[in-house]
Amino acid sequence: MTIIILLIGISLTIALIFLGGFIWSMKSGQYDDTYGPSVRMLFDDKSKKKSKKS
Amino acid sequence: MQSDQLAVEARAKKQSDALCYHCGQSCKEGDYLTDQKSFCCYGCKTVYEILNENNLCEYYDYEANPGVRFEIDNDDTFAYLDEVRISEKILLYNINGMSRVQFYIPVIHCISCIWLLENLNRLNAGVIKSEVNFAKKTVLIDFNSNQITLGKVAALLASTGYKPLINLEAEAQPKNRKYDNTLVLQLAIAGFCFGNIMLLSFPEYLGIDHADEKLKQVFSYLNIFLALPVVLYSGRDYFISAWKSFRQKQVNIDVPIAVGILVLFVRSTSDILLQQGPGYMDSLAGLVFFLLIGRWFQNKTYESLAFDRDYKSYFPLAVYKQVGEEWKACIIHELKKGDVIRIRNKEIIPADSLLLSEFAYIDYSFVTGEANPVKVIAGELVYAGGRVTGQSARMTIVKETSQSHLTSLWNNDVFSKPDRNNYKSLIDRVAKIFTWSVLGLALATGAYWYWADAERVWLIVTAVLMVACPCALALAAPFTYGSMLRVLGNHGLYLKNADIIETMAGVDAIVFDKTGTITHGSNAIAWIGNISKDELIKVKSVASCSTHPLSILIAKSIKEKELTLTQFDEFPGRGVQGLVEGKLIKIGSAEFTGQQPLSDHAASRVYISIDGDIKGYFELRTTLRPGIKVLVEKLGYRVKALLSGDSAADEIKMKSVFQPYTTMAFLQSPQDKLNYISGLQKKGNKVMMLGDGLNDSGALKQSDVGIAVADDTGVFTPSCDGILSGAQLDQLDRFLDLSKSALIILKVSLGISLLYNVLGLSFAVTGHLTPLVAAILMPVSSISVVVFTTFMVNLVAQRKLS
Repeated sequence: MTIIILLIGISLTIALIFLGGFIWSMKSGQYDDTYGPSVRMLFDDKSKKKSKKS
Repeated sequence: MQSDQLAVEARAKKQSDALCYHCGQSCKEGDYLTDQKSFCCYGCKTVYEILNENNLCEYYDYEANPGVRFEIDNDDTFAYLDEVRISEKILLYNINGMSRVQFYIPVIHCISCIWLLENLNRLNAGVIKSEVNFAKKTVLIDFNSNQITLGKVAALLASTGYKPLINLEAEAQPKNRKYDNTLVLQLAIAGFCFGNIMLLSFPEYLGIDHADEKLKQVFSYLNIFLALPVVLYSGRDYFISAWKSFRQKQVNIDVPIAVGILVLFVRSTSDILLQQGPGYMDSLAGLVFFLLIGRWFQNKTYESLAFDRDYKSYFPLAVYKQVGEEWKACIIHELKKGDVIRIRNKEIIPADSLLLSEFAYIDYSFVTGEANPVKVIAGELVYAGGRVTGQSARMTIVKETSQSHLTSLWNNDVFSKPDRNNYKSLIDRVAKIFTWSVLGLALATGAYWYWADAERVWLIVTAVLMVACPCALALAAPFTYGSMLRVLGNHGLYLKNADIIETMAGVDAIVFDKTGTITHGSNAIAWIGNISKDELIKVKSVASCSTHPLSILIAKSIKEKELTLTQFDEFPGRGVQGLVEGKLIKIGSAEFTGQQPLSDHAASRVYISIDGDIKGYFELRTTLRPGIKVLVEKLGYRVKALLSGDSAADEIKMKSVFQPYTTMAFLQSPQDKLNYISGLQKKGNKVMMLGDGLNDSGALKQSDVGIAVADDTGVFTPSCDGILSGAQLDQLDRFLDLSKSALIILKVSLGISLLYNVLGLSFAVTGHLTPLVAAILMPVSSISVVVFTTFMVNLVAQRKLS
């Protein structure tokens, strides 16, 4: 049954790594603005637009 | 004269169905046509022209009519930002001419906003890069300070309609953000521990009796280890809040929660360490997790409806100080006693001062709620917080001041509701009764078991305290009110906080203001008579010194820049007069200007005379808001009164809208309105007042629910409880119904959660509360309350509002 204890240890470690990952992404501001980037990628490139017009 | 009128009317008709290309408001007001596109005002047209010149009309491709209507300020509004001491505070960094600044721009609202703000470098080459944070409504700008100054950047933003709100105490904002992050982190950790504890509790759930005892032991110790961060970190706020309320000798809902968490933890730990059982760690983690979800939801709701008309942003940051012969911008808290300062129209006086100018009009509505500007003569004291209207005023400071002094002024009792302090929300009242009865019950059970089986007292009393933890109770209010605030916000009613919903449900008397509330803000204005352009400019100069709504409309309708006055007098209820370039301009009622009034009451008329010569009059057609008649009918007897500060010119029109039982009073001063409302309250009515903001601030403050009706939701009214967008006024009856439904839903969900508590307690009192029962009961009660409230609110809202 000791194998279970080992497995639990591994699973907890992995889970903690993911928790750490989440905390890191949170602190580095990845959830600060969830709307802006989704529309920003749809804007036409400035340079392209300019060259088209001129 | 007749043809003039016809022409004006024809023009108004032609444009009546047009929408402003820039901001989407219907434009009847004036004649602003460029490139076949119509605009509602000079401001909108200017923005379009700026964008057009710079090939930025893509702005209009992403969303139709994306612009923001605004008033054009003087160019030097932001000049003070170029003062080194001020820019130092605002700039995030400034190295070798590379500067970075973050501005808060509350009007950011759509894709086009993001696009334009991120293309600022096409408007001015000095801007290197700009990035919008949509959620926070901020824009981060990198610019080359050798090419463009901070003040110019702000002015550039303002010229496109995105006026930044600048607050020198902005350092407070990142703190705020950190707090929000903390909650999410607390939630994440609680969720993580909850999940793992549940996993480790499986042997208990499945009742594997023959499992390795040693293994169970290890799992239990792991559970203690996992529960520690939940109690110490995630649940921290509940202990703090409970302790605070305990010290204030009050009982709030956090007290039983904190007791519950503590008892759960202590009991479980002792159970595990003494090997008496598996403990209740799963229930504990689940409880904290669900509670934090509730709190997070509440925060999200408030955030999205943030009353971001933060009053601090209205404070002047700097004023012009006289240094020798020059006027120099100076930060407020560096002002010293004896400094001579100049305060311009619409600016707020930063410190108690002595007036040096001959006279000035000071509007103390922010401080006292009284709307009429007060005339102050040279040598008299003017107080901090007053707002100069009309001509700029020079004054010398007699008392040094600080931002915090101003803040305390605005937090004055005047703006808190008179009986708010005694008022306890439903949930607080329930919490109080609940806590005492749980404590009583714990004692009673303890006493009983002491006689029956003294060894089990500890187990049973802790079980009672654990299971009584009002998790579902604590979730009921945030989810009911939170969903309701969200629904109302989506339909144009922004309430200050959740308690207002409760007060709104009890409203049985409604009082309307007329101008700007019943009638539409954008009136059709027509000049009838003969007047030269120069004279019109003079008329504007006088009219723009007054804050009367009609004066504002007249001033707005004349496009040229105003001149300075040498004298100005306002006669409330009659008119204004002023001396411009030696000419005496009188604007006001027919009697005031010495004319024969026209006998019909079709429209409000404002007469003009110059040096005694009768020139003619402005005719202002106040148009009723659409749907108002139906609304009044639906509200029925609840509509108690219509209070108007204007003359009775519209009485006949109003009579067609209101029923005979509605009191109609005209020529009401703000004090009259306030008195009328307090009269109603003395009779035991719960009064809702609908007004148009500052002019009614006294009445809005006095009423139980004061709603400012605004066509432009940027209007700031410190004394109101909510802001209703003008276009949604006809939905008012439904909003009132909804608030009633919200209260019923809350009561039902309280009933449900109490039912769970009774059920749990019946297990606990009889000594049958096993960890498994607790682990099932707690999440089920929380989830069912959350699902019930959210579902019901949305169901009711869908039925009533569609």
